[in-house]
Amino acid sequence: MSGHHVVPVRLYVAVFMSLMAFTTITVAVAYLDLGALNNVVMLGIAVTKATLVILYFMHVRYATRMIPVVLVAAVLWLLILFGFIMSDYVTRGWLGAGAPWPAPWSH
Amino acid sequence: MSHAEPSALAHQFDSLEQQKESSTLGMWFFLAQEMLFFGGLFVTYLLFRWRDPTAFAAGSHELDILLGGFNTVVLIGSSLTMAMAVHSAQTDKQRQLVGYLVATGALGLVFLVVKYFEYSAKWHHHLVPGAAFHFAEPIGGRAELFFSLYFAMTGMHALHMVIGVAVLAWILARARTGEFGARYYNPVECFGLYWHFVDIVWIFLFPLLYLIGRH
Repeated sequence: MSGHHVVPVRLYVAVFMSLMAFTTITVAVAYLDLGALNNVVMLGIAVTKATLVILYFMHVRYATRMIPVVLVAAVLWLLILFGFIMSDYVTRGWLGAGAPWPAPWSH
Repeated sequence: MSHAEPSALAHQFDSLEQQKESSTLGMWFFLAQEMLFFGGLFVTYLLFRWRDPTAFAAGSHELDILLGGFNTVVLIGSSLTMAMAVHSAQTDKQRQLVGYLVATGALGLVFLVVKYFEYSAKWHHHLVPGAAFHFAEPIGGRAELFFSLYFAMTGMHALHMVIGVAVLAWILARARTGEFGARYYNPVECFGLYWHFVDIVWIFLFPLLYLIGRH
């Protein structure tokens, strides 16, 4: 039954309008200097937009439980990818082994 | 639900319902793999932007925010028409389905044409990494990494768009024969998932590439 849930057109249009609004906000915020907050706001909006697309356009909200399981697993693996690579680079040079990262340019 | 036609139900499935769940689940496994594939590019971006945020901001400033923003609207619009295509199939509106698929493909092509003009402008401004790369001092050659990632990430995204438009043409040809309706529309649904995924990649690419050098 869940596989045949028909999402009302009005909801699709509402999602589209929200995505447009978030796009406008993210462009506007990019012109303000908020320091590190710029990245937080930018990524927060991108994650929100992606969530809207996933839940409604990709029907995950109405799908059987298996689909969210696969989606969450993929996000977890993505976090592992980021986590392990960053734990390597962040700790470089801690014990005097190897050159620290970031290398010279940024400072 | 009406009875399955032999052509719609493959022999290994008990019901159309089971068949649809299987194909959707398989598509999500593919998309999980795609997330990790693009994840590699995003983690590379993070590492090198962390290493040289000034050069990334300066490089980002050279991108055309108007064209990038326009393409964002185009792509999100194409996601809406794609969602409407699935909706049309679910509600047995064959002509509407064909119309929305054509609209989705047209918007996809608009995106690619705009991308072509962006790429050629970068070429003329010597912003393509390689022997001819030139960037104003004091950043100079440090900006090359940003543009390498710009072309790798948007190029891989554009390749997904090209493949998407090609698959869409195939789905469209099948839709025109009246193959898809409320009983059977798995290919439309699964293609839609792919299309929305490519849209999501752009939702992250646009701010990370175009919007980090504005303030």
